[in-house]
Amino acid sequence: MTDTPLLKVSGVSKFYGSRIGCKDVSFDLWPGEVLAIVGESGSGKTTLLNCLSTRLMPTTGSVEYRMRDGNFRDLYHMSEAERRFLMRTDWGFVHQNPADGLRMTVSAGANVGERLMAVGDRHYGKIRETATDWLTRVEIGTDRIDDQPRAFSGGMRQRLQIARNLVTGPRLVFMDEPTGGLDVSVQARLLDLVRGLVNDLGLSAIVVTHDLAVARLLSHRMMVMKDGHVIEHGLTDRVLDDPREPYTQLLVSSILQV
Amino acid sequence: MATPLVVSEVFKSFTMHLRDGIKLPVVNDVSFSVASGECVVLGGPSGIGKSSILKMLYGNYAVDAGQILVDHKEKLVDIARADPRTVLDVRRHTLGYVSQFLRTVPRVSAIDVVAEPLVARGIGAPEAKERASDLLAKLNLPRELWSLPPATFSGGEQQRVNIARGFITSHSILLLDEPTASLDAVNRRVVVDMIAEKKRDGVALLGIFHDEEVREAVADRILDVTQFSPRKAAA
Amino acid sequence: MTELATYNFAYLDEQTKRMIRRAILKAIAIPGYQVPFASREMPMPYGWGTGGVQVTASIIGPEDVLKVIDQGADDTTNAVSIRAFFQKVANVAVTTHTKDATIIQTRHRIPEQQLEKGQVLVYQVPIPEPLRFLEPRETETRKMHALEEYGLMHVKLYEDIARHGRISTTYAYPVKVAGRYVMDPSPTPKFDNPKMHMSEALQLFGAGREKRIYAVPPYTDVVSLDFEDYPFEIQKFEQPCALCGAQGVYLDEVVLDDKGGRMFVCSDTDHCEDRREHGHAGEMLAPAKEAAE
Repeated sequence: MTDTPLLKVSGVSKFYGSRIGCKDVSFDLWPGEVLAIVGESGSGKTTLLNCLSTRLMPTTGSVEYRMRDGNFRDLYHMSEAERRFLMRTDWGFVHQNPADGLRMTVSAGANVGERLMAVGDRHYGKIRETATDWLTRVEIGTDRIDDQPRAFSGGMRQRLQIARNLVTGPRLVFMDEPTGGLDVSVQARLLDLVRGLVNDLGLSAIVVTHDLAVARLLSHRMMVMKDGHVIEHGLTDRVLDDPREPYTQLLVSSILQV
Repeated sequence: MATPLVVSEVFKSFTMHLRDGIKLPVVNDVSFSVASGECVVLGGPSGIGKSSILKMLYGNYAVDAGQILVDHKEKLVDIARADPRTVLDVRRHTLGYVSQFLRTVPRVSAIDVVAEPLVARGIGAPEAKERASDLLAKLNLPRELWSLPPATFSGGEQQRVNIARGFITSHSILLLDEPTASLDAVNRRVVVDMIAEKKRDGVALLGIFHDEEVREAVADRILDVTQFSPRKAAA
Repeated sequence: MTELATYNFAYLDEQTKRMIRRAILKAIAIPGYQVPFASREMPMPYGWGTGGVQVTASIIGPEDVLKVIDQGADDTTNAVSIRAFFQKVANVAVTTHTKDATIIQTRHRIPEQQLEKGQVLVYQVPIPEPLRFLEPRETETRKMHALEEYGLMHVKLYEDIARHGRISTTYAYPVKVAGRYVMDPSPTPKFDNPKMHMSEALQLFGAGREKRIYAVPPYTDVVSLDFEDYPFEIQKFEQPCALCGAQGVYLDEVVLDDKGGRMFVCSDTDHCEDRREHGHAGEMLAPAKEAAE
């Protein structure tokens, strides 16, 4: 158990005029920890995710990240160049729609290799070798390395997006409804894959989802959001098996039993 | 003798917000302790709150009041108040739990399910798998099932995977929620032997066993949960 | 008096020239950086060199000697028209000889003869943004230039190798200028890329439709992008020029008949003529002369 968190979030709020996006959110994220943010559409979970991942400037509050050198930096006091560098090396962002996170008109191999080239890899053979390795890890046939993601199924695209994000060995990955829009069987495979990768690589992750099954399977800890506020926060199985807040009880009782 | 688990003055109730906020008391003023090498069995009729006590001890249920003190890495941790990260660390290193039912994960093989707690503690995959094999063999799980995900197994087969997963680590406290419920006589005896071995190793065990024969065989003392029932107080 | 009296010298008004010169100075100060400028309507369609013409018009003086080439040739429509345009609006001396020119406006070639100190090469540029085809958002490509995020450029080269087994980009081959900005050298063949490196001449690039000017000052590093295991290479031609016998120059293929007959000749017509005047001859020169006689 390390004694320093990876991400320190304190008092983050985002207002859209007088409307609340998210309000006064604080938590620490530790190395190797997966946090799920759940809530219905419009509850502010995506707003919060965007505030944490520097895609949206919060109105107030601070988000501090422990850099590889061990020093904490406030993300909103970094230069844009440093932020973008962080995003494509030490972080990953998995979008709900793979087309938002992939280059649809370049090959799978180049999609995976782009981050390597961005940090200065200039050896084609090695880049291709790494890309091949990653395609295998996300269960995409290596004979598809030169195909464009346009020719891939939804599940394959999502797996490719994951490989593209993980190739630089990030320490923190943000996921926005990673299984949204996929068939149930495809979802199960993807979740299992993500679970395995997160465990093997010791990643920290923040996963936004409205699917409590996803939260149960992937996360250690979860936050329940409603109307921009975090209304319940705790160990994932505790929140799901013994929900305390009325809204959480409603969410949990709404799961269909198969 | 060391006492790695001390429960004092624990209260638990459920508030059903979806049913006009009615409050269902579960247990009141639970106090007991379990010593190393001891197996304490929770007794009393169904619905009296035995499983709820185990779940509170494991951090799975929240606690209204009271303390659950666990000797974790030579420090006392109060599960009732610990943050999620600490609870997870306690579960990883100190506190094991064999639930009534196995929660299966798609596509993960039985042997990996069993080996996983060791891998989580940093033991290499080959060694973890070897120890998992030993346990599954001991529990007479047909070898051809080891590489299959347990989702399609029978109740008894799933339960044996679950037991193996719970027993593989050397946790100093082990919670057992009816581990022998769906087992045949042969395998029940295997589990009884395994519990005896844990006791010899100095593990503090707390369990629920409805099977009288097993209970007789493993229990050092029986803790009657009826004494903590709020219904008793009302009556 | 001729009707030309109604035009300002070199067609553009002085305010416009000053504006363009300011853009050029900024471009020289930041080699490879695309400077926006208020491109004017010119009396020719976009795609005919409006950017290059505006740059030339802004830097040309009465003492200058102008050469205009199109794909290396002095005698094609585009080259002839632009040369005539400047003769008419600036009344300057023109030449086809590379070494005599002070300003050379070019479309898609760099002359074979090494350029010298004091000469200015003005390129006509259709699309100035090298990242355009991979990242269509201009806001994003500008940010990428600003933050020196050029991984994407190698994605393009990676795709080439993955698809063709080698870097198959043969023209508009991206270069890094002065170790900082990645630049599109306009659709010149990659054969010409090495000539840009440490050139004694000033190189100016004008894109009229896209309203951008950029520059490579004399004696500047210009490095073609590549991979360690797939280094940058220029085209090699199997045979010498059929007319002047030159080797190591860029050749055009000329189809002679419909039976597969063809010849390869210098793309740089001035270079070819100069060599022939000095007695060099390719294998098809004699019959060509005889046929003409």
